[in-house]
Amino acid sequence: MVGETRVSSPLLEARGLVLAFGGVRAADGIDLDVNEGEILAIIGPNGAGKTTFLNMVTGYLRPQAGSIRFRGREITGLTPRRIVRLGIARSFQIPQLFTEHTVLENLALQLAAREGFWAPFAPLLSRARSERALALLERFGLGELASVRADALDEGARKLVDVAMATALAPRLLLMDEPTSGVAASEKHAIMDRLVSALRREGVTAVFVEHDMEVVARHADRVAVWSNGKILAQGPPATVLADPAVHREVLGVEVAPC
Amino acid sequence: MPLRLAFAVGFLALALLAALQPWLRFVLTLALATGLAVLGIMMLLRAGQVSFGHALYVAVGAYTIAFARPQLDDVLLLLAAAVLAAVVAGILVGLFVSRYRDIFFGMLNLAFSMVVYSLLEKLYWLTRGTDGIRVARPRLFGVALEGARYEWALFALALVCVAIAAALVARYLRAPAGEALSALKTRETRLEFAGVSARRVLFQAYVVSAGLAGLGGGITALATLHVTPLLVYWTHSGELVFVAILGGTANVLGPFLGAVVFELVRVHAAAAFPDAWQMILGLVLLGIVLLAARGLVGLLEELGRWWGRRV
Amino acid sequence: MELLLLLALLDGLAYAAQLFMVAVGLTLVFGVLKILNVAHGSLFAIGAYSASTLAALAGTPWLSLLALALAALAVGAIAGPSIERGLLARIYDKEQVLQLLLTFALFMILEDVQKLVWGVQPVFEDAPVRALGPVVVGGIVYTAYQLILLPGLAVVCLLFLVWFLRRTVTGRMILAVAHDREAAEAIGIDSRRIYLLAFTIGAGLAALGGALAAPTTSLVPGVGVQTIVLSFAVVATAGLGQIEGAAATALLVGLGRSFAVYFAPELEVVVPYLLMVIVLVLRPSGLFGGRELRRI
Ligand SMILES: Nc1ncnc2c1ncn2[C@@H]1O[C@H](COP(=O)(O)OP(=O)(O)OP(=O)(O)O)[C@@H](O)[C@H]1O
Ligand SMILES: [Mg+2]
Repeated sequence: MVGETRVSSPLLEARGLVLAFGGVRAADGIDLDVNEGEILAIIGPNGAGKTTFLNMVTGYLRPQAGSIRFRGREITGLTPRRIVRLGIARSFQIPQLFTEHTVLENLALQLAAREGFWAPFAPLLSRARSERALALLERFGLGELASVRADALDEGARKLVDVAMATALAPRLLLMDEPTSGVAASEKHAIMDRLVSALRREGVTAVFVEHDMEVVARHADRVAVWSNGKILAQGPPATVLADPAVHREVLGVEVAPC
Repeated sequence: MPLRLAFAVGFLALALLAALQPWLRFVLTLALATGLAVLGIMMLLRAGQVSFGHALYVAVGAYTIAFARPQLDDVLLLLAAAVLAAVVAGILVGLFVSRYRDIFFGMLNLAFSMVVYSLLEKLYWLTRGTDGIRVARPRLFGVALEGARYEWALFALALVCVAIAAALVARYLRAPAGEALSALKTRETRLEFAGVSARRVLFQAYVVSAGLAGLGGGITALATLHVTPLLVYWTHSGELVFVAILGGTANVLGPFLGAVVFELVRVHAAAAFPDAWQMILGLVLLGIVLLAARGLVGLLEELGRWWGRRV
Repeated sequence: MELLLLLALLDGLAYAAQLFMVAVGLTLVFGVLKILNVAHGSLFAIGAYSASTLAALAGTPWLSLLALALAALAVGAIAGPSIERGLLARIYDKEQVLQLLLTFALFMILEDVQKLVWGVQPVFEDAPVRALGPVVVGGIVYTAYQLILLPGLAVVCLLFLVWFLRRTVTGRMILAVAHDREAAEAIGIDSRRIYLLAFTIGAGLAALGGALAAPTTSLVPGVGVQTIVLSFAVVATAGLGQIEGAAATALLVGLGRSFAVYFAPELEVVVPYLLMVIVLVLRPSGLFGGRELRRI
């Protein structure tokens, strides 16, 4: 154990995170490691605190206690802007799109954010940037929607654009909040297949919140189960999803025996 | 480039008007100056922010010329000084107001402008209070111009300033930092989550808008050769906002279209209804807001589409 | 020196009382409707002018006091519902910038209405002040109107509002809508009626503030813009939607300004804004405001 953790010390370490909203303890002592290169799924019932965890890691909410380290560096209390620059990007449960822009422009703004954002007279949609944005969209099967305004998209497409935008930031750690909820079941797996294989190819570590156990079983290396602001269990999908206690907890949301 | 064509046609039309009706030279010069200030307001409106105090920078530009005139006798140097002063003022105020949005942004700008208004009125020894300061007509390229020539020169200079400013702003609005203005309006948090400082996005536009207003104020001062605290009174800021909404924010033509129409109507209407001028503006503004109209530029686009269908 | 201090204190108190009346209306309307009514200052001005006119007609000094109240009531009752129903109700679901532009347009209109009706010559009617006569405090002769009536009414107004909002069913419904409109509607509260009520109360308070201020100053065009800017400064310094906070801040601003008048006259106009800027830099949501985070 000692030798192993030395070799691959975790990319993200959360320790003792606590955050209460009034009486609701949305995080009640969260300890979690995310290792370099792995894909971790977070499951749990509504209101368990999954989104809150992502909000704390990305600096949107500040934990009342505990610490978060990324690549060994303390990031608790940093702003979202600082944290994303360190290499953590996220997508959102409720898509956060620039609704007056086209899908392509949404992507291009993310790409520009990484370089050349302040060049005052270089167009956002330069040839090179448009091509890169389009390539990213293709990965999500969104190529045809490139010139559609973001406020005209349906729920599933908005969700995918949101995820595509996060990947456009080329993070080391990608956090996704229910990336395929609202996406038609028929497309879901194909898109996740493409996304996950791209992530693995590019060596991106990923965490995704998911209610669909089939998706979890198929794509996650590891699963962590959230319940009332605590982590109930974690481990390989096969073991965790077979655990009756987990079944009971996650029941009511989705039962997907695997 | 239909936008360039529109500008070219517009410039020709203005020049023609100015040639046919000599007194319009002055009015149109003022209209172009207003349009420059409104161009800046339009950038802020793209970000969903409305400044009720932008006449502040018009006044900074104008008073800079009044203060600097005794030392400087050159139109271009004076204009440069006006822009510089407005940019400095824009940086100072902008560092503060760029942290705020919506109501706060609008009202803080109003508050700053009203403080400056009171100071201009009160500090008589410096500003001559409500009497204002007269500006001696400066030379252009070392040449002292008499009445009509000076007016022509200033009008031409205003056209050049407008052409340059419109072209640069149009490019800026298509660059990431310009596109981010409307992104700031629709989803500011997402900008931050992309690593972009939304505050800087707004701040930059704010400083540019201050500089443009300063340029407009400078041209105004050079045209009227007289500056008074009324330049920074809230009604003037209100007019700038009004023209921005009237013209429309869809592209850089809007502010100038709005300004020309506004000044031409004002010449006639403000004389006919001196006490109800603000009220008329208010009613038109109300109409545009309630009908969610896109201003004159929107109207032109509709017209173009209608024409396209017919042909 | 001591006399000056006392004078500054008394001035500040009287001024704070006036300031509170307008500011609290503005903050109440914002708290509930989430709209900053830029025309609030115009309602103050119209209340003030109407009160002057009515007080001049009243004949006797005591009746003139009554006239003030009547004028405020009339302006609030007429302007409040017509503005809320006729204009605001159409834009509740629109962008912030449109809401702001709409009340700004209204402001432009009302400023001219006021000029058309009352002209641009100063209007001054102090019968109500004369009705109450002077009081002497520490050797200073002051008007009872400014020293007793105004602060007294401000305190009554504050206590009444707090009681009304926290202890009555209607008040609690207003607070519920202010807190979370959708949740309030879900439990059967008619938010349209609450908006109407809150806006009318706010408009009435603006008019009352104007009516009470009228006898102490001569009214000139521009009083509306001064009022909105100043009461915004108070409200923003306090934190938008904070009622007790507005009272405390009005006191702070009132005293700050009157001390400036006596000890640093060139700073007089700047004091409220200086205060606001300092507070907002240190606490962007105001002295008493809390920060609300959008859920993402
Ligand atoms: N900003 C906030 N203010 C108040 N309460 C909050 C806030 N954010 C979350 N909560 C509360 O914290 C708890 C956890 O919420 P969270 O959104 O993290 O759950 P979740 O596991 O993501 O649920 P879901 O599956 O529905 O997305 C809930 O009870 C929620 O109401
Ligand atoms: Mg969630």
